[in-house]
Amino acid sequence: MIALTAPDQPDRPPHETRPLVLSLSGITKRFGSLVANDAIDLDVRAGEIVALLGENGAGKTTLMSILFGHYVADEGTVHIADAAGQLAPLPGGSAEAALRAGIGMVHQHFALAENLTGFENIVLGTVPLWRLGFGKATARAKVARLMKETGLEADLGVPVGRLSVGEQQRIEILKALYRDVRVLILDEPTAVLTPQEADGLAETVKALSKKGLAVIFISHKLHEVLALCERVVVLRGGAKVADRPTAGADRATLAELMVGREIPPRERAPATLGAPVLRLAGVDVGAPGERDRLEGADLELRGGEIIGIAGVSGNGQGALAALVAGLKAPRNGSCEIVGHAATRADPSARIGAGVGRIPEDRHRDGTIGALSVAENYVLETLAASENQRHGLLRRSAIRARAAQAIRDYDIRCPGPEAPIRALSGGNMQKVVLARVLERAPRLILAHQPTRGLDIGATTDVHRRLLAARGRGAGILLISEDLDELFALSDRIAVIHAGHLSPAMDAAGLDTRTVGLMMAGHSAEEAA
Amino acid sequence: MIRFVPRERTPVWLTLAVSVGAGLVALLLTAIPLALSGAPVLQAFWLMVEGAAGSGFAFAETLTRATPLIFTGLAVAVAFRAKLWNIGAEGQLYAGALATVALGAGMLELPPALLVPVVLVGAAVAGAALLLVPVFFKMRFGADEVVVTLLLNFVVLLFVQMMLEGPMKDEMALGWPQSAPVLDEATLPKLVPGLRLHGGLVLAVVCAIGLHVLITRTVWGFRIRAVGENARAARYAGLPVGKAMALVGLLSGGLAGLAGASEVAGLKGYLTADLSPGFGYAGIVVATLANLSPLGVIPAAVFIAAVFVGADSMSRAIGVSNYLADLVVALSLLCVMVGGLLIRFRIVRVRRETA
Repeated sequence: MIALTAPDQPDRPPHETRPLVLSLSGITKRFGSLVANDAIDLDVRAGEIVALLGENGAGKTTLMSILFGHYVADEGTVHIADAAGQLAPLPGGSAEAALRAGIGMVHQHFALAENLTGFENIVLGTVPLWRLGFGKATARAKVARLMKETGLEADLGVPVGRLSVGEQQRIEILKALYRDVRVLILDEPTAVLTPQEADGLAETVKALSKKGLAVIFISHKLHEVLALCERVVVLRGGAKVADRPTAGADRATLAELMVGREIPPRERAPATLGAPVLRLAGVDVGAPGERDRLEGADLELRGGEIIGIAGVSGNGQGALAALVAGLKAPRNGSCEIVGHAATRADPSARIGAGVGRIPEDRHRDGTIGALSVAENYVLETLAASENQRHGLLRRSAIRARAAQAIRDYDIRCPGPEAPIRALSGGNMQKVVLARVLERAPRLILAHQPTRGLDIGATTDVHRRLLAARGRGAGILLISEDLDELFALSDRIAVIHAGHLSPAMDAAGLDTRTVGLMMAGHSAEEAA
Repeated sequence: MIRFVPRERTPVWLTLAVSVGAGLVALLLTAIPLALSGAPVLQAFWLMVEGAAGSGFAFAETLTRATPLIFTGLAVAVAFRAKLWNIGAEGQLYAGALATVALGAGMLELPPALLVPVVLVGAAVAGAALLLVPVFFKMRFGADEVVVTLLLNFVVLLFVQMMLEGPMKDEMALGWPQSAPVLDEATLPKLVPGLRLHGGLVLAVVCAIGLHVLITRTVWGFRIRAVGENARAARYAGLPVGKAMALVGLLSGGLAGLAGASEVAGLKGYLTADLSPGFGYAGIVVATLANLSPLGVIPAAVFIAAVFVGADSMSRAIGVSNYLADLVVALSLLCVMVGGLLIRFRIVRVRRETA
């Protein structure tokens, strides 16, 4: 456990003199004709925080999967320092060996057993299950010491399914530290945190690195990378295109390195307001005891504007999104969607009324992995006459329209017949977008529309949402990414514990105020 | 050292090869106990092949045995496609058989052109009705359909026994618990004079093609696949999840019911409580071997039928117990499950570097 064994070093030695803990050299990995990693070299020294940047498909995940033993590199070697600090080759293709060598990873989608407690999750896998009763006191002492030393606080006694996302993440990090890691990989760690929680995480990571832990930080948020990391490695198209200190770099240069071209600035015309497309008055959704519920919500969204909903996930966004998407009915109050009173839970009625829905989780709700791109594209409009005749699918017409969408939306895929699960997240989201926008919806629900997407794909989603706004659609944007909310929204409302604040003009707001309101302070307190 | 690497896509030939390979490996594994018991292994296998396909007569017998297996295989395949774990094809088969006797053994007097369809529809409806109960419980209360369908098998079989001892008992059958014979007008035609092969086989093949078209070409088939692959996303997209599941229940139960009708009206002529030697359960093996493809069910059913027919014949010739067939079938199922690994993963050999 590096956090305990390495002495605290207030005066850090300069970068080059710190010992190497991890050295990847000439890593090449091919999938058929695709070169996912092309002769990548990467050295990480003790106590260093290295950012790994790159678009989806740039090869970050493949590289980390090789490091973690999920894939075997076709060429190249991985060396990792042993306990004595000597570099030794890491046998490929064995997650067990990687774990034993001291590599720990906190995935973007947590790998926790939700019905076990935090403590059980932390020790899971380190002792055989049938011996879980043994050595519990020692294990508890070790976890307690870790928590004290790192300041990572979490309730260890309850099933982790009941904890907040931030707490679950802290348990994931503790889980890695408990295994005495020397290298910690954090994959998109701030994607789900409030600004304040993200700051807390940054502090923790800094403190851990001071104790000698090497951290590989994968993120799309360039300002975080610049604030936290000493060095940034940029991958593009499978190859390493930059490896430089963060000092002296700025967001624009990093973004261009990642994308390989200049990023056009977002163009945002002033709003031309149309008729209301969503009107909530005193709406309750979900039972009073539920965590994700809506209570007495009032909101009016008009055509041509974007209202952003800020909040930590689980504070009622799910209920609001389910209401608009047609998965839930309002329990009390009146809900009017594109001029129709919405009293029942009926997704197809919402689609028919002109609501376009971008779900929060595109794998779970937005797409059906085993079905093809074309089939996913027509999922919501199967019954329409352009997709079927007498109950028979018009397969060639469907394929042709999907091929058109693939061209229009620049969806990178082998073709309309390819199963959609073979696509990257960004391209999958483009299929969802194409499906939603094809019908020129009057109201668009965009729930975390860019979650997990890279800059290129995010820019594309933003551009298309703004274009839809320009055409007169009203957009309800639910997001945890404040940058995104401020970049797109005309007005912003904050949701906390089921209560929706009035929508405030985005121009007069700052992130600090919104952050405080997300934590439950009223607008007056926060201002 | 060997590693499993997830596949991005699986070629069609591989899926086929795994199914065929699983059958062959199962036969090889069967050779082990066969050899241990001191039986002449090669001769036993040769007798099995001869018994299943060595003559026109033998092959006709195999196809006759395959007929109910195609029906139950299809019933399981369509249900499993939608992740409806119907383990109750056996019970649905008996429900269909019971309906066949109830309608076709004298209750209705109609010409064959009318009575045969009436009997078939009646059997399908009976099988479907039996499965719709667990489907309703699953959708409404979240009841586990594996348990409900499995237990209903025993309920139905006991009910059949009660009927055969009571109201449906054939007074002319010298005290045997069997039903009155179905009328000639309700009997499925024989395909070849002198052989047991009957019209049920044609109907089974037509059902397989029909189910293939339904699943791949129609809106409802699309909905069934969508619900099976990701019910949440299907619901989000506004697909009628409940109706799709009800349709799956109708199709699956109906097909299993037809298996019963085909056996009674095509082969046996009357109903006994030992009508099916586990055709409903074997349907699970057939569907799994076929990778849940309706067209694949036909060869899979013929293979399983050949194993049973061949083993019977071999057992008569050299006295090795015909339980060997059960062994081959069970091993095939295990092999195809293991083969599923090959479909989902690539096997990569890794040279372990010396540290």
